[in-house]
Amino acid sequence: MIEYPLLSLLVWLPIAGGAVVLVMDALGNTACRQTALIVSILTFMLSIPLYFGFDTSTASMQFQEIIPWIEAFNANYHLGVDGISMPLIILTTFTTMLVVLAGWQVIKDKTAQYMAAFLIMEGLMNGVFSALDAVLFYVFWEAMLIPMFLIIGVWGGPRRVYATIKFFLYTFLGSVFMLVALIYMYFKSGSFSILDFHLLPLGMTEQTLIFLAFLMAFAVKVPMWPVHTWLPDAHVEAPTGGSVILAAIMLKIGGYGFLRFSLPITPDASHALDWLIILMSLVAVVYIGFVALVQSDMKKLIAYSSIAHMGFVTLGIFLVFTLLDNSGSVDGAALGMVGGMVQMISHGFISGALFLCVGVLYDRVHSREISAYGGVVNTMPVFAAFMVLFAMANSGLPGTSGFVGEFMVILASFKANFWFALLAATTLILGAAYSLWMVKRVVFGEVANDNVRQLEDINGREFFILASLALVVLLFGLWPGPLVEVMHASVDNLLLQVSVSKLPPAETGVALLQAVRP
Amino acid sequence: MDIPLSDFMLFLPEAFVLSMACAILVLEAFFGQRRPQLSYVLAQLTLLAAALISAGTLDTGRTLALGGMFVHDPMAALLKTSIFLVVVGAFAYARSYLTAQGALRGEYYVLGLFAVLGMQVMVSAHSLLTIYLGLELLSLSLYTMVAFDRDSAPASEAAMKYFVLGALASGMLLYGMSMIYGATGSLDITRIAMVIGESRDKGMILVFGLCFIVVGLAFKFGAVPFHMWLPDVYHGAPTAVTLFIGSAPKIAAFAMAMRLLTETLGGLSVDWQGMLAILSVLSLAIGNVVAIAQTNMKRMLAYSTISHVGFLLLGILAGTVAGYSAAMFYAITYALMAIGGFGVIILMSRAGYEADSLDDFKGLNDRSPWFASMMLILMFSLAGVPPTVGFYAKLSVLQAVIHVDMLWLALVAVFFSIIGAFYYIRVVKLMYFDAPETGEPLTVSTDLQIAVSLNSLAVLGLGLFPGGLLALCNSVLA
Repeated sequence: MIEYPLLSLLVWLPIAGGAVVLVMDALGNTACRQTALIVSILTFMLSIPLYFGFDTSTASMQFQEIIPWIEAFNANYHLGVDGISMPLIILTTFTTMLVVLAGWQVIKDKTAQYMAAFLIMEGLMNGVFSALDAVLFYVFWEAMLIPMFLIIGVWGGPRRVYATIKFFLYTFLGSVFMLVALIYMYFKSGSFSILDFHLLPLGMTEQTLIFLAFLMAFAVKVPMWPVHTWLPDAHVEAPTGGSVILAAIMLKIGGYGFLRFSLPITPDASHALDWLIILMSLVAVVYIGFVALVQSDMKKLIAYSSIAHMGFVTLGIFLVFTLLDNSGSVDGAALGMVGGMVQMISHGFISGALFLCVGVLYDRVHSREISAYGGVVNTMPVFAAFMVLFAMANSGLPGTSGFVGEFMVILASFKANFWFALLAATTLILGAAYSLWMVKRVVFGEVANDNVRQLEDINGREFFILASLALVVLLFGLWPGPLVEVMHASVDNLLLQVSVSKLPPAETGVALLQAVRP
Repeated sequence: MDIPLSDFMLFLPEAFVLSMACAILVLEAFFGQRRPQLSYVLAQLTLLAAALISAGTLDTGRTLALGGMFVHDPMAALLKTSIFLVVVGAFAYARSYLTAQGALRGEYYVLGLFAVLGMQVMVSAHSLLTIYLGLELLSLSLYTMVAFDRDSAPASEAAMKYFVLGALASGMLLYGMSMIYGATGSLDITRIAMVIGESRDKGMILVFGLCFIVVGLAFKFGAVPFHMWLPDVYHGAPTAVTLFIGSAPKIAAFAMAMRLLTETLGGLSVDWQGMLAILSVLSLAIGNVVAIAQTNMKRMLAYSTISHVGFLLLGILAGTVAGYSAAMFYAITYALMAIGGFGVIILMSRAGYEADSLDDFKGLNDRSPWFASMMLILMFSLAGVPPTVGFYAKLSVLQAVIHVDMLWLALVAVFFSIIGAFYYIRVVKLMYFDAPETGEPLTVSTDLQIAVSLNSLAVLGLGLFPGGLLALCNSVLA
């Protein structure tokens, strides 16, 4: 165990760094950029001991810190990570570093504020993933909206104001109902500790209402069909860095919420309503896949592809109940959940990389329309190689990290229900279709126009960003072991939690899952 | 009547403020022309000293004084201390405004101090008469302050409106009080509560009296449907006065509600809970929805006040200690946010020009990133977004309401706070996403810069560490 408060540092160092960058505005843009980069690298370095100091044999919270915070509410400043949240924190610190680098030359207006917004955002996201107290979680969760609201609104595209207000209100709408549910559970359990919520016995009606409140919050964040409509707007209008953070991390917070809150707190309601989530996920996979196919705007295409891929995450997570019922084995159920989680991490890298690719093109041609390009490979061969790789990864090519998660989820859905699997597997076709068709139109073919003819290939900075992402995508594609390993104990524990009914004895007739306890 | 020395210690803040207000009035008459800042400095020193005295009596238990007309309890001490501190902030903003508008006159501070005295009396009242006395002292000072700029037609109109409607509301309140007196035979708060508690049959006349009292209270709070005066008065009054009306008097109104509803008419809580629920839901709905349509910042903040009053009433109607302490926390923190919001309007105003249109906020981030971020904190706090103190105010009220199984009220409240979030983030949008209409940089006096910064940082700081104030609010009611 490490003695110094590692998680607090991961939360507060970037926030403090952001404040410093804001104050340094007067010293010029270069100084701000450099400070931001140093802070983000430092934060990433700090997050590495989190992986190597992590005990993979236990599901209990690690690196815990607990300090009394608001005694009137019995709320504590309680941080800790397990196998579910730890990889997401490293994803956050890694991505932020690349985003800071990606904005290096592009952001000329209000550079200090741009860098500061991303650093503060990073601290808040780390806070969301590590908070073990519901008030603390909610504070980070909502506070995150403020920098993102500004990022889209200040540095975004032409319709940025519409997009950012829609984003803010949508998310706010979802989360306030979660707040009511959290307060309700506070009165049931007497504290705001999330771990206490996990142990709280709840009746079926209560569970259903709480589950629906959580669903409103997390479904908007993921986003699931039919509350996904803010995402294409937000992605299209956001600056490249904003899109990357949105796709790579903020969407994961919804999936994380299901794993940390919905499943363990309301297992019986999750079981009873899992058909709803599975339905919504499959609609996302199939319908949104088709929607992605017809997009003419690259960013919009990737945004819709994100929704479809996140459908896989929620599908994998909520397959557990069918799997437990069908096979009675915890191992089979774990497959879907691990698949969903691997998919979250992998989608973080891939969608981030694709948005960065679009950013590279946009910085040069100032258009996101597919039709404005064609034959990019002739002028930007190195870039084209990366873009093809990431598009392949996006369509789930074996050998890339995109394959691992999708494969596991499809495998799990086969065990659950043939029709689930059939629908889920359409993504292999649809994903390949929209990703590769886009690549074909943008990268290959004859040089389409003068803009493309004058393109210069990526510089060292861009090469470094894309290469490091490519490395990770290939690494986890060929050797997902390290990733799956850290999740293992936590997933087993979570499965144990969901397989035990929380209903009072009189109502237990509904939940026959007791039998499958190992 | 004999007043023992121990009594004197209890109303020392009142006595002190009264004598200083009179002294400043005289000094202003003699030296006001030569030393225009004299009244300001003395008034601020008075308030700070009074705040210290009040804070020192936080631990003193509940004691009656002046033959039962006056009560001192920890709640009174906390509320008075907050009133003094909020008014210190209000005066600091007001001085910059009055100097810039060339209307620097000591009377503003004298009237302000008398209003503060009125609020103190309301907070510490233990008889229906004392409550009325304090309320009238406060109201009369406020009417005069609204008409302070006598050459301004909107201000005169606002003052006239405020006066006529305010007098009507005071009449209602007095009428209600007279009925309570008729039914119970006493004006003493404890005696009335005792009589009501003992009588099995809560007669018609009591409920009738309660109705009038609630109407009077709702008017002073500005709760819908008794809110008509509020937008016009906020809009018409000079910003320095709006800021005063919008802040500390809400704390005093909360105290009045506590003294009248819970301490006096606690036995009728079933009746007034229903009435407050209607007032509260209407205020949340009308306040938040109508605020969206405003183009004037002061008017928008007026409707925002109405919606916040709705939230505050929710805390009171929960009828539990947790609810009262949540409402108290709400009142105090709201006052802090309100002076901040109006303070930024003052900050943007120039000589002879009130920057109170929403368009004046366009591109503030380009003109001054620091003050844009200060206003950002205030707006998100008013919207109830963490990590600002406005979130905890809403959280504790929601908690109290859910605890007494009024889940539907909590849901209504959060629903309207989403609608409300829109017009707050619209201000942020104007400041950050739009281009400024004028290129000239802000010229702001140093003390105003310090005041706005301290105010916003306090809102943020209390948002990161709300525990102390929340615990204090709980402990003074326990």
